[in-house]
Amino acid sequence: MFDNLDLTKLIFGRLTWDAIPFHEPILLATFIAVAIGGVAVLGALTYFRLWGYLWREWFTSIDHKRIGIMYVILGLVMLLRGFADAVMMRAQQALSFGDNAGFLPPHHYDQVFTAHGVIMIFFVAMPLVTGLMNFVVPLQIGARDVAFPFLNNFSFWMTASGAVLVMMSLFVGEFARTGWLAYPPLSGLLYSPDVGVDYYIWSLQIAGVGTLLSGINLLATIVKMRAPGMKMMNMPVFTWTALCTNVLIVAAFPILTAVLALLSLDRYVGTNFFTNDFGGNAMMYVNLIWIWGHPEVYILVLPVFGVFSEVVATFCSKRLFGYASMVYATVVITILSYLVWLHHFFTMGSGASVNSFFGITTMIISIPTGAKIFNWLFTMYRGRIRFEVPMLWTIGFMITFVIGGMTGVLLAVPPADFVLHNSLFLIAHFHNVIIGGVLFGLMAGITYWFPKAFGYKLDSFWGKCSFWFWFIGFYFAFMPLYVLGLMGVTRRMSHFEDPSLQIWFQIAAFGAALIAIGIGCFLIQLVVSYIRRESLRDHTGDPWQGRTLEWATSSPPPAYNFAFTPVVHDNDAWWDMKKNGYVRPTDGFIAIHMPKNTGAGAILAGLSTVFGFAAIWHMWPLAILAFLSLVVATIVHTFNYKRDYHISADEVVRTEAVRTRLLAQHV
Amino acid sequence: MSNTTAHTSAAGASDKYRYYLPNEHHVENSTALGFWIYLMSDCLIFACLFAVHAVVGRSYAAGPSGAELFDLPLVAVNTSMLLLSSITYGFAMLEMQKNKVSATLGWLAITGLFGAVFIGLELYEFVHLIHEGAGPQRSAFLSSFFTLVSTHGLHVTFGIIWLITLMVQVGKYGFTAANRRRLMCLSMFWHFLDVVWIGVFTFVYLMGVLA
Repeated sequence: MFDNLDLTKLIFGRLTWDAIPFHEPILLATFIAVAIGGVAVLGALTYFRLWGYLWREWFTSIDHKRIGIMYVILGLVMLLRGFADAVMMRAQQALSFGDNAGFLPPHHYDQVFTAHGVIMIFFVAMPLVTGLMNFVVPLQIGARDVAFPFLNNFSFWMTASGAVLVMMSLFVGEFARTGWLAYPPLSGLLYSPDVGVDYYIWSLQIAGVGTLLSGINLLATIVKMRAPGMKMMNMPVFTWTALCTNVLIVAAFPILTAVLALLSLDRYVGTNFFTNDFGGNAMMYVNLIWIWGHPEVYILVLPVFGVFSEVVATFCSKRLFGYASMVYATVVITILSYLVWLHHFFTMGSGASVNSFFGITTMIISIPTGAKIFNWLFTMYRGRIRFEVPMLWTIGFMITFVIGGMTGVLLAVPPADFVLHNSLFLIAHFHNVIIGGVLFGLMAGITYWFPKAFGYKLDSFWGKCSFWFWFIGFYFAFMPLYVLGLMGVTRRMSHFEDPSLQIWFQIAAFGAALIAIGIGCFLIQLVVSYIRRESLRDHTGDPWQGRTLEWATSSPPPAYNFAFTPVVHDNDAWWDMKKNGYVRPTDGFIAIHMPKNTGAGAILAGLSTVFGFAAIWHMWPLAILAFLSLVVATIVHTFNYKRDYHISADEVVRTEAVRTRLLAQHV
Repeated sequence: MSNTTAHTSAAGASDKYRYYLPNEHHVENSTALGFWIYLMSDCLIFACLFAVHAVVGRSYAAGPSGAELFDLPLVAVNTSMLLLSSITYGFAMLEMQKNKVSATLGWLAITGLFGAVFIGLELYEFVHLIHEGAGPQRSAFLSSFFTLVSTHGLHVTFGIIWLITLMVQVGKYGFTAANRRRLMCLSMFWHFLDVVWIGVFTFVYLMGVLA
């Protein structure tokens, strides 16, 4: 009898039926909805016999374009989850005044704001940014794929694995109640004995492996695989920003890995790094995590600066103003982003000198950023501006980001920060730059490169609706938070007593509703564009009169990207080719050497998910088994030496002949 | 005039290939660069752990200090094991240059043996410390000591697993381009761990006993 009990505990660890939230109606309803939706999707895939197709053509694909698209899909799906959390918070804060306790108990509310932050940064912004870089960079530099195609697939699945663990926490157990950076001692074993923080740790560790490897991969790709003639100072600005971002990833993510490993040692082994006693030092965690965390915000924003640079030059039909200054500004931001981390906790009390140093370095970052804004403005000046959807997002960004940047400089003043620290003013500030910067940039990028990825443009009516609802909704949602923050309201509150504050929260909730409509319009845009794809079809491969190499090939590009490796003579390589009489080659095709698909990435990431889940729930036999399988599977994978094949010259001839016909019919 | 014609036709011929390469573009293999970048990122993990040790390395929480715990002669023997393994790995690479499979495998085996002895001695030290009541839970100093040293030890352990795998692959497939590349990567990894250990020996052990 007792043996039996111990065996259950050995196998299932901490996992019992209590971990399934039957008693929480919101979660139960969500679970039922997700389950029905999931069964419907899985059923449809089975019914239409799509599993084989998905596995062969997508899941095991090492094609950087497909992996890029899968990253973007992952990011968009997680955006819906993260936004659902946002809506719940806005609704709770608009309702929960005085006697009204709102609909979320504090225990649940704390998980919601933690999950919102974690998901939006790690599983929305990061996959979307990585997806765009993956899709665009090899095309822009005239390469056939990335430097390490298998690692690319593996990286994607590790990111997806982290996302799966976060989603699991919704229905099995709970998520962290600590805020998105899980500061100790709150995140320590003493104050968070449950599985929430463990879900947090393992999902970020597993996704972090993917992020780091994809950083190394893109870095090597950009350094080693540029088309002949493309020197560093000929690279498109998006590629430059991708290079700097990946330098930041490689130099920042190991710190996150290390600090989360230390936190997990505190929780699993009982070490004393961040505890209150035995010599532990919680502020060490805060320092370390922000040494990763501040570069992280530049990891997100630099690539979208690149997107804006491409979009502005294309839709103003002008060479980008101040290319060299744009590059130097990017590099300077890359370096400075390591010298500002302490501004996230001036209130630690490290003294006037230290705070002044970090305050000043923070303010200095606004100089290269300002230079970029002026470069975009001067590119627009006397340009023939086409107000297509990507350009709308760009202009919306320039206005919004400047406001967010200015409130950032206010926060960089240490005495002001002592008043505003942890207030809603801070929340308004970083949403101002992350939504106004990163999100608007991603929407611009998705709209801009969508025709390259799928061969048809997105419907511009619904795109414009989405933009205006997002844009106006943003101001309604976050300007009230500046006001509240100046009045001293702190973040992460689930209940308020002062009724005079309520109107501001109601305005913010209205803004969130507008943003919800904006997201809805975006989804409608995807559906409508798919239905109308024949009339939106891009036959030329160059729907926007682009300037860089990705527009030189067909939409969508063939697996090999370019039948012949392009030779570059100018910063705007494709523009130069168009202006100087480039004739597309129609014969002389040769076989092309390409990497082969493999299921190893998906398998290894699947085993990592099992390992993470087992570690979270202390199912030690399963954890050991999963870990050993992981090692063995990796070794087995290294015995696979046949990793490439040739696309035959005949096939290249066939593919290119189709394009020749299309061009003859439509141009 | 004939000069002009010649010039034009020459430009015309080169113009055809001005914007593309008619032949396959051979891209240089990026593994060495990629692996180097990975090592630098790994180096940052160690940098982080060293920084943590610098912060809490004297937080004994009324427990034992490094001066009381560390057995320097043992650590010196251990260090020499790792340094010797780096030299023997170098010999293995020299034999690889001469295309001698069995000599390479022999030196690799000796390298792995030195590595295993290093791990054995480290485990002995750990067991001894824990037995004395100086386990990783005792103080922040000991948490940091155990984490830094065992992170290095875990790297060496995986290095040994990798080494054995590679020995099998070299034995089975010989010095293919892929295998040479892998041996070179493991070589960089192994020497990197040596360099990190010199940091550990100096900053953790030697400076630790200077109470």
